[in-house]
Amino acid sequence: MTQHSRAKSEIFTPSGKIQFGVFFQGVNSGTIWKAAESGSQTDFESFRRIAQTAERGLFAAFFLGEGLRLREHLGRPHALDVVGRPDAQSMLAALASVTKNIGLVATQNTTYNDPADLAHRLASLDLISGGRAAWNIVTTDNAWTGANFRRGGYLDHADRYKHAEAFVETAKRIWDSWETAEGPARRVLHEGQHYTVDVTPRLPRSAQYRPVLFQAGDSPEGRDFAARQADVIFSAHPKFDDAVEFRKDLVERSLAAGRGANAVQIMPASEFILAPTAEEALAKKEWVRSMQIGPQQAVAYLEQFWGRELSDYDPDGPLPEIDPVVEETSETRGSGFHGAKARQLADQWRAEAKDKGLSIRQFVTSRTARVDATFTGSYTAVADQLAGYARVGAVDGFNISPWLVPTGLDDIVNHLVPELQERGVYPTEYAGSTLRENLGLETPVRSADETAEAVRAL
Amino acid sequence: MSTSSIKPGFLAIELDGAGWDGGDFASLGEAVLAAESAGFHAATFTDAPVPGRANALQRAAFAGPVTRSIALVPEVDTVYTEPFHVSTQLASLDYVSGGRAGWISTAAESPEAAAAVGRSSVTGAGLAQEAAASVEVSRRLWDSWEDDAVIRDVATGRYIDVDKLHYVDFETPADFAGPAYSVKGPSIIPRPLQGQLPVLAAASLVGPGQIPADAVDAVLVTAPTPELLAAEVRDVRERLGESLAVIAELDVVLDSRGQAAGERVAGLNQAGLDGGRARYAGSAAGLADLLTELLKEADGVRLHPASLALELDELSRLVLPELRRRGALRPAVQDGTFRDVLGLARPASRYASTAVSAGK
Repeated sequence: MTQHSRAKSEIFTPSGKIQFGVFFQGVNSGTIWKAAESGSQTDFESFRRIAQTAERGLFAAFFLGEGLRLREHLGRPHALDVVGRPDAQSMLAALASVTKNIGLVATQNTTYNDPADLAHRLASLDLISGGRAAWNIVTTDNAWTGANFRRGGYLDHADRYKHAEAFVETAKRIWDSWETAEGPARRVLHEGQHYTVDVTPRLPRSAQYRPVLFQAGDSPEGRDFAARQADVIFSAHPKFDDAVEFRKDLVERSLAAGRGANAVQIMPASEFILAPTAEEALAKKEWVRSMQIGPQQAVAYLEQFWGRELSDYDPDGPLPEIDPVVEETSETRGSGFHGAKARQLADQWRAEAKDKGLSIRQFVTSRTARVDATFTGSYTAVADQLAGYARVGAVDGFNISPWLVPTGLDDIVNHLVPELQERGVYPTEYAGSTLRENLGLETPVRSADETAEAVRAL
Repeated sequence: MSTSSIKPGFLAIELDGAGWDGGDFASLGEAVLAAESAGFHAATFTDAPVPGRANALQRAAFAGPVTRSIALVPEVDTVYTEPFHVSTQLASLDYVSGGRAGWISTAAESPEAAAAVGRSSVTGAGLAQEAAASVEVSRRLWDSWEDDAVIRDVATGRYIDVDKLHYVDFETPADFAGPAYSVKGPSIIPRPLQGQLPVLAAASLVGPGQIPADAVDAVLVTAPTPELLAAEVRDVRERLGESLAVIAELDVVLDSRGQAAGERVAGLNQAGLDGGRARYAGSAAGLADLLTELLKEADGVRLHPASLALELDELSRLVLPELRRRGALRPAVQDGTFRDVLGLARPASRYASTAVSAGK
């Protein structure tokens, strides 16, 4: 079956293959900075090394995150994890000149960017890279982040997807409105609650028509948003049963959105800890976890929920008996959830740790490690495991966060990829020169002249 | 910056056209490499909105890994952009180019650019105010991580020393014409390799009530004719002081491949290609003489070739070698920074001396 008819079909058909992406995270505890082989997080050579290694391993995509404000801990920048990273598109434009085939994915939020400006910059990256650009669409909403931007905090949490969708549709219309043989470039008008856009696009379509769209939200709204708008969902469900369930759910949502059952691909976030044998892999995992969450990080993790300093507590001892000083937890600002009832949470955690006999460090590791997202084992066993995903189409690929920079992909590319290729479940060459071709996505069709409905409300 | 007539100067070339006139960005890498091997000290990338022209900073970033000594200096607008993003993008350009980035900060007077982002059109004095604010935000953010903020101290578990990161707390001034805004900081990226990127701006944007002279490192000076350029350079230096590098702007049309520059100019004029800058049209030898004279007044000259392919070829074969022979050009600095080209020392962070009590 051709890619084209697959994408349109109402019945999901597994491609029988998986692909890899690599997510160079740049912040948080997942990246080990304490090891002898931990490299720079900002030098271009680190980025070049990972991107070129990924390309050697025929990875579909190289992802970068986006920084809008440094994470804070008890009112100051968080000191214990890797922090500080480049602008995604600037770095990807540089990588475009030293890579040939790998997709270049920029995480960019819809809250503190302007649609016309972002659409133009992404179209630039797409042209500069010869049709390899993608946009990982994220939302952010709080006033704390807004303190770095002209608009300040302006968007209600409840409105963020509504706003994001209007933003994405506007960007698509801008990419769609470049001149054709039949007519000149079209003016794009949008009047929304938060944005007014009046622009005529200045850049031609790229070799892949327009940037590929990734989306990472996991709430029901986020999934529906992806089903309507995205080409690939960067999911949080790598565990086999969850992945199968997630696929079913996304196929239903895609069909409900009027798209084909195969229209949206799935690439869960994941981490790989590999070695020649299972025993070595488990030993390596122990080491990785101890480097990711050190004693200070374990205590700091609790501090953000307790709202007070806990540095007197032994990281290898039990959870603190004293109670949180805050009513509600705020967690480290700039990461994840907040607002849980602090006292209740503390009671619950103390009970759980006591029950399982866990120290502070062990408890925090159990909460923060990618428990479901980590594939640990021998090269052959993990290859067998992934082949199982490919067979049923549980996922289209995995987006791998290396725990070491810049050598973290070496054993995956050197050992796992050949095993997967032997099993016939991984590409043996790039399918084409664009990201869209390499992912097997269909090329969008230019919408009919829409001057009659040129102004669309949010 | 010295006005001495014997101090050799630097040459920049505008690389507009590369990478989009033919639709293939491989040609951008070739053009910037050709400019580097010709001995140009800097390549600039215009961002004026024209159909087909990709984002200037990304074009400069693309050129970073394939070059070693040439400075890469894009235009980035200050009026309709987010200062926080602009600062991060420029710092990132510095990282991908190994410390060879600069910034031509521009202030777009454009109702179209305003409409694209749903803002009111900024005009008059408001333009330079936006530029001044954006430059100040970038400069503070570039200093907001002290040089040694990343400590990777395994014993204490600290990746960074929080005392060496600083909130910048920028607020637009009370007389700011546009909508007021603030930027909290710190930057999302460690301090650029050069500490501070050299900031360039048109001389017409710099001065009291505009971008303060001490906020920029070099100004770009235009005049209607080559004859008037040297005098204009002297006037600007007098107005803004000796601390700034002064760069003269010159359009260039050379005799090329059997076609006289005069004939080529006629074609350009018909096409309406007149940038309002002084234009030299003639032989390579005549240009070498003009540049030798200009470099006695100006610290550098930026050339705007009529055709990148044609002029770059003539410049690299005939003009730059002659200027080097005359000792009019500074030697290219292998693995140097753009600050090195401009003769600027690497500055300490403005927050460094307050580190002991800082952190908030």
